[in-house]
Amino acid sequence: MVTAALAEIATHPAAGAALDIEQVSHAFDIDGTELPVLSDVSISVEPGEFVALLGPSGCGKSTLLRLVAGLDKPRAGRLREDESRIRSPHPSRVVVFQDPTLFPWRSVWDNVALGLEAQGILKSQRHRVDAALDLVGLSSFRKAYPHQLSGGMAQRVALARALVNDPKILILDEPLGKLDSLTRITMQAELVSLWQRKGFTTLLVTHDAEEALVLANRVIVFSDRPARVKADIRVDRPYPRHRGDPYLADLRRQILGLLGLDATW
Amino acid sequence: MSTYSLSDGLASGAPRTSRVPLLATWLRESGAGVLASVAWIAFGLSCLWWADVGDWSRTHSLGIAAFVIAAIALFGTVGVDYLGAAGQALHKRAPWLVALGAFLTVWEVATAKFAWLPLPFFPPPQAIIEVYTDDLPKLLDSVFASVKLQLGGYLIGATVGFLTGVSIGWSRAVGYWVHPVLRFIGPLPATAWLPIAFFTFPSSWSASTFLIALATGFPVTVLTWSGVASVSNAYYDVARTLGARPSFLVLKVAIPAALPHVFVGLFMGLGSSFAVLVVAEMIGVKAGLGWYLQWAQGWAAYANMYAALIVMSLLCSGAITLLFSIRDRLLVWQKGTVKW
Ligand SMILES: Nc1ncnc2c1ncn2[C@@H]1O[C@H](COP(=O)(O)OP(=O)(O)OP(=O)(O)O)[C@@H](O)[C@H]1O
Ligand SMILES: [Mg+2]
Repeated sequence: MVTAALAEIATHPAAGAALDIEQVSHAFDIDGTELPVLSDVSISVEPGEFVALLGPSGCGKSTLLRLVAGLDKPRAGRLREDESRIRSPHPSRVVVFQDPTLFPWRSVWDNVALGLEAQGILKSQRHRVDAALDLVGLSSFRKAYPHQLSGGMAQRVALARALVNDPKILILDEPLGKLDSLTRITMQAELVSLWQRKGFTTLLVTHDAEEALVLANRVIVFSDRPARVKADIRVDRPYPRHRGDPYLADLRRQILGLLGLDATW
Repeated sequence: MSTYSLSDGLASGAPRTSRVPLLATWLRESGAGVLASVAWIAFGLSCLWWADVGDWSRTHSLGIAAFVIAAIALFGTVGVDYLGAAGQALHKRAPWLVALGAFLTVWEVATAKFAWLPLPFFPPPQAIIEVYTDDLPKLLDSVFASVKLQLGGYLIGATVGFLTGVSIGWSRAVGYWVHPVLRFIGPLPATAWLPIAFFTFPSSWSASTFLIALATGFPVTVLTWSGVASVSNAYYDVARTLGARPSFLVLKVAIPAALPHVFVGLFMGLGSSFAVLVVAEMIGVKAGLGWYLQWAQGWAAYANMYAALIVMSLLCSGAITLLFSIRDRLLVWQKGTVKW
C-alpha cells in the first residue's frame, strides 16, 4: 500500500493548502480568572506539509487545533488558510477530534457519510463513503451502531469520516491514541500513504515523539501552558521511515529533552 | 435437578434416565400448564355447580368457555413441541393463566354463588360478559368517540409541543418569550381550565381537544427543550467542521440527539392526557368512555362500569404499547431501553 502510494506521488500534485498561524494568543476565563493557553504562537505551514505538534498535556494543543478549524476565535493574532482569514469552520479543514464523537444515532456508514450529506453531495458520492470505510478496514461494520464498536474502531470511523471529505488541511488530535500498537502502526503507514497520495496539509497532535518522527516532515514542540513554540524541527528523511533509524533516534532524544525527560535517556 | 438425580442414582444405582426423574422433569416443565387447565376447570365448575343468587343470562356460556380455555391450556401443554411459537407463548404465560383461573373462580364464588361481597357493587364475571354482549353498540360508540377525541388532541399537542420545544432549545429569542409563558401556564393542571374552556370554545368537543392538547403539549415541550439543550457541543463542532449549515444542525443533530427525551415527554403527555380525556368526557362531552362510566353510575349499572373500566385500561395500555414500539423502532441505536 505504502509503496504503491509512493509511486503515485509524481502523478498527483499537492492539493494541500498553506496555513499561517500569526502571533496567536488565546486564553479562557475560568470563574473570572484568566487562564492563558496560547502565547504568541506563530507557525507557517507549507502546502502539503505534515506537521506534528508535541507538548505536555494541557498545554493548549487542542485549543490551537480548534482555532485552526475555525471553531473558536483567537484573543489575538491571525490564522489564514491560503491567504484567506479563518473565521468559521469549513469542510476544507476537517478535524478528527481527540474523542471520536461519533453520532450514536447513526450507523457507521451514516456517520462516515455525514460530511457529504451536510454539504448536500451525498447522492452522487456514495462510493466515497464505501472507499473511506474500506480504507480503515471497517466495511463489514457499515451497519453497526457506535455503541457496538470498540474504542479503536470508533477512532477509525472518525478518521474515515474526516478523510471522506477530501480536506485540504487534515487536523488530527491524537487520532491513533486509543489504538493497539499493531493497528496503530498499520494506521500510521496508511496515513502516510494517504497523505502522499492526496497531498493534503496535515496537522497532527500526538503525545508520542516516535510517532511524530515516523510520520511528519516537521515536529513542533510546545512549552508548558501557556504554549509557546519551543522548537521547530525538520525531519529530512525519506518515507517509509524505520523506527530504528539512528537519525530519528537522535532527534527523539533531543525532543524528549525539550519535553523535560532527560533523566530517562 | 442435580440433587435429585444424584440421590436417586446413589439409592438405586440406576442410570439417570430412570422413569421417576423423567416424570419429574415433565412435571416441572409442564406443571404450570396442567395447573392452568385445572384452575380453569375449577372456574367452569364454579359457574355451573351452584345456582346463581341473581338473574344473569351468561352463566352457562361462561362455564363452557372456561372449559374450552382449560382444554386449550391442556392440549397446548401436552403438544408444546408441535405448536411452535404459539406453544412457547402459552408455556410462558401458563403461570398467569393459573392465577387468572384461580382469581376468576374465587370471584365467581364470592359474588354470583354465595354473595359474600355485597351484590350490586361487586358484579360477577358473567354480568360483565353480559355487558359486552348486550350493550356492545353503545360501548363501541363510546370507544370510538374516546379514541377520536384522544387521538386528535394528542397529535395536536405532541406536534405543537415538539416544535415549541425545539424552538426554545434552539433559539434564544424564542426562549425569551416562550419560557415565562410556559413556566406560568404549564404546571397548571389542564383540568383546571375545564370550566373556562367549555364556555369559551364553540363546542365541548373543541374545548376538550384543546385541553388534551394542552395536557400533552406541556411535558412534550419541556422534555424536547431539555433534550435539545443537553446535546453535547462536541456533536455540533463535528458537524460544523464537516460543513453543516444551521438547518442541518437542527434537523440532523439536535433533533435526533434529543429524541430519547422527546419520547419521555410523549409518554408523560399520554398519561396526563388520559386523565383530561376522562374528566372532559364526564363533564362536557356527552360521548366516550368517560361519559359511559358516568352514565352507568347514574343508573347504578355497576357491571357496565367495570366493563368500561376494563376496556379503558386495555385502550390506555395499548396506546402506551404503541408509543413504546414506535420508540423502539426509532431508537434502535440506544442500548438498554425499558421494555413495556
Ligand atoms: N472550553 C474551555 N474552557 C475553559 N478552559 C479550557 C477550555 N478548553 C480548554 N481549556 C483549558 O485550556 C488548557 C489547554 O487545553 P487543551 O485541551 O488545549 O490541552 P491539550 O494540549 O490538548 O492537552 P492534552 O494533550 O491533554 O489533550 C487546559 O488547561 C484546559 O483546562
Ligand atoms: Mg488535547
